[in-house]
Amino acid sequence: MSEIAAAHDDHHDYHPSGLWRWVTTTNHKDIGTLYLWLAMIMFFIGGAMALVIRTELFSPGLQFVDPQFFNSMTTLHALVMIFGVVMPAFTGLANWQIPLMVGATDMALPRLNNWSFWILPFAFAMLLSTMFMDGGGPAGGWTLYPPLTLQTGNALPFVIFSIHFMGMSSIMGAINIIATIVNMRAPGMHMMKMPLFVWTWLITAFLLIAVMPVLAGGVTMLLTDKFFGTSFFNAAGGGDPVMFQHIFWFFGHPEVYILILPSFGVVSSILPTFSRKPLFGYSSMVYATASIAFLSFVVWAHHMFTVGMPLAGELFFMFATMLIAVPTGVKVFNWVATMWRGSMTFETPMLFAIGFIIMFTIGGLSGLMLAIVPADFQYHDSYFVVAHFHYVLVPGSIFAIMAAVYYWLPKWTGNHYPERLGKWHFWLSTIFVNLTFFPMHFVGLAGMPRRIPDYALQFADYNMLASIGAFGFGFAQLLFLYIVVVTIRGGEKATDQVWEGAEGLEWTLPSPPPYHSFTTPPVVR
Amino acid sequence: MSNSTLYYIPEPSHWPIVGSVGLFTTLIGAALMMLDSAVGTWLLAAGILIVVLMMFGWFGTVISESESETYNAQVDLSFRWGMFWFIFSEVMFFAAFFGALYYARQYSLPWLGGEGPGILTNTYLWEGYEALWPYTANGPGEIGGAFTHMGAWGLPAINTLVLLTSGGTVTWAHHALKAGHRGQLIAGLFLTVALGFLFIGLQAYEYMHAFTDLNLNLGSGIYGSTFFMLTGFHGLHVTIGAIILTVVLFRCISGHFTPNRHFAFEAAAWYWHFVDVVWLGLFVFVYWL
Repeated sequence: MSEIAAAHDDHHDYHPSGLWRWVTTTNHKDIGTLYLWLAMIMFFIGGAMALVIRTELFSPGLQFVDPQFFNSMTTLHALVMIFGVVMPAFTGLANWQIPLMVGATDMALPRLNNWSFWILPFAFAMLLSTMFMDGGGPAGGWTLYPPLTLQTGNALPFVIFSIHFMGMSSIMGAINIIATIVNMRAPGMHMMKMPLFVWTWLITAFLLIAVMPVLAGGVTMLLTDKFFGTSFFNAAGGGDPVMFQHIFWFFGHPEVYILILPSFGVVSSILPTFSRKPLFGYSSMVYATASIAFLSFVVWAHHMFTVGMPLAGELFFMFATMLIAVPTGVKVFNWVATMWRGSMTFETPMLFAIGFIIMFTIGGLSGLMLAIVPADFQYHDSYFVVAHFHYVLVPGSIFAIMAAVYYWLPKWTGNHYPERLGKWHFWLSTIFVNLTFFPMHFVGLAGMPRRIPDYALQFADYNMLASIGAFGFGFAQLLFLYIVVVTIRGGEKATDQVWEGAEGLEWTLPSPPPYHSFTTPPVVR
Repeated sequence: MSNSTLYYIPEPSHWPIVGSVGLFTTLIGAALMMLDSAVGTWLLAAGILIVVLMMFGWFGTVISESESETYNAQVDLSFRWGMFWFIFSEVMFFAAFFGALYYARQYSLPWLGGEGPGILTNTYLWEGYEALWPYTANGPGEIGGAFTHMGAWGLPAINTLVLLTSGGTVTWAHHALKAGHRGQLIAGLFLTVALGFLFIGLQAYEYMHAFTDLNLNLGSGIYGSTFFMLTGFHGLHVTIGAIILTVVLFRCISGHFTPNRHFAFEAAAWYWHFVDVVWLGLFVFVYWL
C-alpha cells in the first residue's frame, strides 16, 4: 500500500471503478454521498414502518397488525429514524461540507472515515433482521427500558450489538470531524470565522463522543442482566430498573441535541444567502450552541418526572430544562433578525429553512410545556409527547436536512434541481406534516397514550386525519427522491457561486468541486 | 510529490470493509452463543480472526507509511487528536459503570433498606432487609447466595503498586527515547510490558480466589455486578494496552521512532496512563471505600 501511496500524487483523481470504488473509498465526497444515500434508503424503510403504525391507527380497534408487531414497529421506526436517517444524513452533510467550508482537501482521517460509514450497513442489516427472529423484533420501545425489554425474544442480543455497532460508527465519525475542524482549517480560518454549520458540528461531535459510550455501557448492562446473571436493573439483587433510565437519558438528552444542532448550522447557513445579509449575531450563535450543549448534560431526568424522584430532583431538572429556552430563544431571535429587512427570495432551501424556524419553534414551545413537572404528570407518555418530538424532528431535523440537500445539491452535482418541483415538495410536505402531527397535540391532551395499537372512540377523527396526513407526507417524499435523481442526472448548469447571495469557501470551488477539494489551502482574510 | 508537503491523502483501502465483516461476524457469533446456538462459537472465533487480520493489515500499512516518512506534521497532529478523543470516549464508557456503582451505593441499596422514600418499599416488599455496603450488597433477594467481599489491602494494593510503577517505567522509556538512549528505551518498555502482564496475571489469580474461596462472581447481586464489570472491563483494557505496548516494544527493537517523531509510542503511553487512572478510581471506589 505504501508504495502506491507514495506514488499517488501523479494521478490523484485515481480511484477503482464500480462497486469497489465505493467500498474502499477514502474520499470525503464519496463517503458523504454514501452516508446520504444510506439515510435516504433508511428514511423510506423507517417511513414504511410509520405508515404501518398509522394504518393500524386509522380507526379504533385492532384490524391490520397484531399488537406485538405494532409495538415492534414503533420501536424500530424510532431506532431507524434516529440512528439510520437523521444521524447518517448529518454525518453525510458534514463529510461533504466541512472540508469544503474550512478549506481542506479532505477529512483528517480518511481511512477511519471509510470505516465509520461501512459499519452502518452491517449494523442496520443486523437491526432489521431481528424482525424475522423468534419472538419478533424489539417491541419494548426504542428507550429499551428494563424489565420490559429483557422480555424480548432472540432479537435482544442482536439489537444490543447493532446499537454497539452504530455507537462505534458515530464515535469514529465524530473523532474524524473534530480532528478535521481543529487541524485542517485553511490559513486565516480562525475558529470565530468558521461557518456556523462547522461550529454546530464541532459541538455535536463532542456530544457524540461524550454520550455514545454511555449508551454502549447501559445496553451492555442490559445484556449482562439478561445473559450473565448481573443485577444492575434487578431490585432483588440491589439494583434498580430506574437506574437504566438515568443512564439511558444521560445519553438520550444530549442525543436529541445531536439530532438538532447541525440543523441550526444548516439554517444559519441558508438564511443569510437568501436574505442577502450576514448572519445576525454570529458570536452569540456560537455561544448559544455551546450553552445548549452544556445544559443538555444536566437535564436528562425531565424524561422521567413520573418515575418517582425526590422533589429536589424534580425541581432541579425542571428549572435546568427551562433554562435551555434562553439560548434557543437567542437563536430564533437571531434567525428572524437575519431576515429582517433583508432582500429576501424564496427558493426551496429558504422555504424549508423558514418552515424549520416556525415549526421547530412550535416543537420547542410544547417542550417547554412538558418541562413543567406538574403539567408533565398529565402529558407524560401521551400523544402530546409524540406531537412534541415529531415537531422538532420532522419539520425540525428532517426539514433542515432537506433544506441542506436543496441548498448544496447544485454545488455537489453541478446542476440546478427543478425549482418548481422543489416548491411543490416543500408545500406538500409542510401541509401534510402539520396534518399528521398537529392533531396529536389534541388527542394527547385529551388522554390518548402513546405506543398503543387501539384507542378510545373519541380519538377517532383526529387519528384518521393524522393517518391521512402521514400517507400524504410519505408519498410526497417520493417527489424528493425523484428530484434528487433527476438533478444528479442533469439539469440547468450551476455557476460556482450557485446562489447570488452565497458566501463562503465552498462557493469558490467549481460546481461540482474537484475530487480532492482544496489541493492548496486557500487563504482566508 | 506536488502537494504531499501540504496534505496527505491515503489511497483507497480495503481494510475498513474487512474490519466491518470481521466485527459483524464476531457479534453475530457472540449473539448466537448467548442464544445457545452451536455455530456461535465458530462464528465468534472466525470473526475475531478476521478482526486480528484487519489489525495486522491496517496497522501494518500505517506503520510502513510512517516509517517511509509519508506523513507530515499535520497528519501527526490529526493522529494525536484522534487518539485523544478516542481515550475520552473510553473514559465515558467507564463513566457509565462508575455511575451505576455510585447510583447503587447512594440510592438503590439505601432505598431498598428503607432509607428516605424507600420506607414503604422496605416495609412491604423487603421487610428486615438492612442495606450495608458491601456486606449485604447482593440485595434483599440475596442473589447469588452469601459471599465475602474483596478487601483492598492485599492483592489489589499490590496491583496498584504494579500499575503505578509501570506508569513510571513507561515515562522513563519516553525520556530515554527523547534523549536517544535506545537501550534504556527498550529496557523501560520491556519492564512496562512485563508489569502489565504481571498485573493481568495477579488479577486472574484474584478472580480465581473470588470464585472459589469467596463465592463472589458476576451473579453476586449489584456488588458482584459492579465489581466484575468494572474490574473486568479494566482488565480487558489493560490487556489491550499491554498488547499495544508490546507492538511498540518490537518496533523499538527494530529501530523504529526518532527522538522527535514517535506518535505510536506516545499514543500507547497515553492509553497506558488512562488505564492507570481508571485503576486508581477502581481501587478507591470498588476496593477501598
